[in-house]
Amino acid sequence: MPELLALTGNDAVAYAMKQINPDVVAAYPITPQTSLMQKFADFVADGEVDTEMVLVESEHSAMSAVVGSQAAGARTMTATSACGLALMHEVLYIAAGYRLPVVMPVVNRALSAPINIQGDHSDTMGARDAGWIHIFSENAQEAYENTLQAIRIAEHPEVLTPVMVTLDGFIISHGVETVQIFDTARVQQFVGEYKPAFTLLNPHKPMTLGSLDFSDFYFEHKVSQLQGINYSPKVILEVGREFQRTFGGDCCYEHFEAYRMDDAEMAVIVLGSTAGATRMVVDDLRSRGIAAGMVKIRTFRPFPYEELAATLKKVKAVAVMDRSLAYGGDGGPVHIEVRSAMYGVNNAPLMANYIYGLGGKPIDLVHIESVFTDMQQAIATGKFPRRIGYLNLKE
Amino acid sequence: MAVDYLYYLRADKLPHMWCPGCGVGVVVKSMIGAIDQLGWEKNDTAVVSGIGCTSRAPGYMDMNTLHTTHGRALTFATGVKMAAPDKHVIVISGDGDATAIGGNHFIHACRRNIDMTLIIVNNNIYGMTGGQFSPTTPYGAKAATTPHGNIDPSFDLAQLAIGAGATYVARGSVDNARMVQKYIRDGLAHHGFSVIEVLSNCHTQYGRRNKMSDPITMVDWIASQVVPRNKAEKMSPEELQGKIITGELHRNAERPEYTDEYRKLIERVQAKQAARAGARP
Repeated sequence: MPELLALTGNDAVAYAMKQINPDVVAAYPITPQTSLMQKFADFVADGEVDTEMVLVESEHSAMSAVVGSQAAGARTMTATSACGLALMHEVLYIAAGYRLPVVMPVVNRALSAPINIQGDHSDTMGARDAGWIHIFSENAQEAYENTLQAIRIAEHPEVLTPVMVTLDGFIISHGVETVQIFDTARVQQFVGEYKPAFTLLNPHKPMTLGSLDFSDFYFEHKVSQLQGINYSPKVILEVGREFQRTFGGDCCYEHFEAYRMDDAEMAVIVLGSTAGATRMVVDDLRSRGIAAGMVKIRTFRPFPYEELAATLKKVKAVAVMDRSLAYGGDGGPVHIEVRSAMYGVNNAPLMANYIYGLGGKPIDLVHIESVFTDMQQAIATGKFPRRIGYLNLKE
Repeated sequence: MAVDYLYYLRADKLPHMWCPGCGVGVVVKSMIGAIDQLGWEKNDTAVVSGIGCTSRAPGYMDMNTLHTTHGRALTFATGVKMAAPDKHVIVISGDGDATAIGGNHFIHACRRNIDMTLIIVNNNIYGMTGGQFSPTTPYGAKAATTPHGNIDPSFDLAQLAIGAGATYVARGSVDNARMVQKYIRDGLAHHGFSVIEVLSNCHTQYGRRNKMSDPITMVDWIASQVVPRNKAEKMSPEELQGKIITGELHRNAERPEYTDEYRKLIERVQAKQAARAGARP
C-alpha cells in the first residue's frame, strides 16, 4: 500500500534513494542539497539500506568516486547543487563519455558571483551540453517519481546515459508537501537489479575506459555517444507509462505537460515549481473566458523539439519563462530551444522571453498574469512589447 | 590607543550572521587589532575568503574584499598578490574550506612561500552546511555525518603547514584572544607564507552533538586541551597525550619568498636579453 507522508522535496528524493538502495553513494554537503543526503545518511546509519556511503572532500571527488564505482559495476548515486555541480563539470562529461548510467538529483540553486544560496536554474543549465539527460520536477512527488524512473531510463541498454533529476532549491527541496511513497517491494521490482553488460575488473571480459583518442576515433566515439541520448525519448515515455500503470500516479510522464492547450490561444512555457503557480493563473484566466494554456517541460535534455512544435503551432502567442540567463545568447536557454523548435513552422506564433526568479527572486501570480496580459496585447497588435522581459526586477 | 574597530568594519552590514558566542568574532577582532597595530592602510589590504561561516568575515570588513568559491580562496589570493606584490593579502578560512575541498591549494601555497597570511578558524566541523565532519574533527567525535563517532584520523593543521613549507606557523585559541592577535600580527609582518591556526568553538554544530552545547563549556573544553609551547617543552610525552600545543611553532627567515623570486627571475632574463641585444653588431 502506498503511504502518504508529509515530506520535504529533499526527504522525498532520499526516500526514492532508500527504495532504490544503491550499492554506493558519494556525498559532499552543499546548501540546499545537504538535507537530502543527510536524510539518506540516516537510512544508512539505521541499516535500512545496504549502501556503502563515501563522504568525500569535494564535489569533484564525489563525481569522480561515482564514476569509478559505477564503472566497477555498482549502481551509484550522488546529489548536489549549484557550485557543487559546477565543480563536478569536468567529470560530468566523463560519466557520459564512459556511458555510465549514473543518476543524480540536483537541487537547483544560483551560481556565484555574487554568492547566493537560493533557487534558480543556472547550475543545471550550465551542464546542459555535458551529455546527461535532464528531467525537471514540479513538486516533491514528481522529484520522487522522476528519481525512480531515472534509474530505469539511464540503465536501459540502448540508453546508457547519466540522468540528472532536478528540483527547485528551497521551494521544492525544503517545502513540506504530502507525498505518496509507493510500496518498497513494488518499487524495487519496478527499478530492477543493476546488471551492467561491461564492468571493470572482470577477468573474463577485461576492458578499458576513456583512453587517449585523437583524430583517429575521438570524433566517432563522441558521435556514437549520441545514440544513447537520441534513443532515450522513447524509453522515457515507455518507463513513464509503465510507472503510471504500476503505481497509478498522476504526475507528468511525458516529455512535457500540455495544460489546457487544446483550444488555447496563448501559452506560457515553464520548467519546475513555477508550473504550479502558472496553472493557477491559467485556471483563473479560463474562468474569465481567456483562452490561456501552459506547457511544462519535463525533459529539457533531450529537448522535445518536434512534439513541442506540434503543440505550439496551434497558438497565436508563446511566452517562454527562463529561470537563468544565457549571457550573450538570446535571453535564456529555454527560449533559445523553443525558438529553434519553431523554425520552419508555418504561421509560427509570436514569441517572447521572460527571465524571472534569479537567485530566489519571488515570482508571484501577478507577474505570471502580466505575461498573459503581454500575450493578449501581442495578439491584438501583432507584436510583443519586447523580445526579452524581466519579471519582478527592480528598475 | 584604543582601536577604532568600526573604522575597519562595514557597519551597515551588521549585525553579523554568526551564532551568539561564536569564536569567529574573536578572530576578526584580533585580525583588525593586528592590522591596526601594523598601521596597514585599508586600501592597501585585500582580504580574501572562500565558503563557510568564517568566509563571511570579509563581507563585514571595509577593505578590498573578495568572496570566492569553496576551497579556492588561496588561489584567488595568489593571483591578487602576484598582480600587486607590494600590497597586503590576507586569507581567512575554516578547516573544511582550507583543508578539505581546498587542501590541494593549501599545501601548494605553503610550498611556494608566497607573502600572504592564511588565518584558519578551526572549529572541527562544517558549521554552515549543518555539522558534517571535517578533516579536523577529532577521532571518535560525533558529527551530522558521523552519528556513531568519527573514524577518520584528523589533520594537525600546523604540522601540515610546516611540512608543506610555510615559513611562519602559529597556533592560538579563542580563549586567549591576546595571543591570537599577537600571532596574526607576527604572521602579517612575516615576509613569506604564514599560517595562523586558531582553535575555535562551534557549539551550535559541534558542541551540540558532543555534550558542549553552550559557548562557555566549549571554550573551556578548548582551554583545557591547549598547552603553551614553552610549558609543553618541559612536559613528558605522557603528559602531553591529548594536549594541543599553542604558540609560535615555526619560523624560517631563510627560504626565499615567491614574489621576490619571480621579480628576480624577470630581472635576470631581461638582463640576459639586453646583453644579447647589445652584443649584436
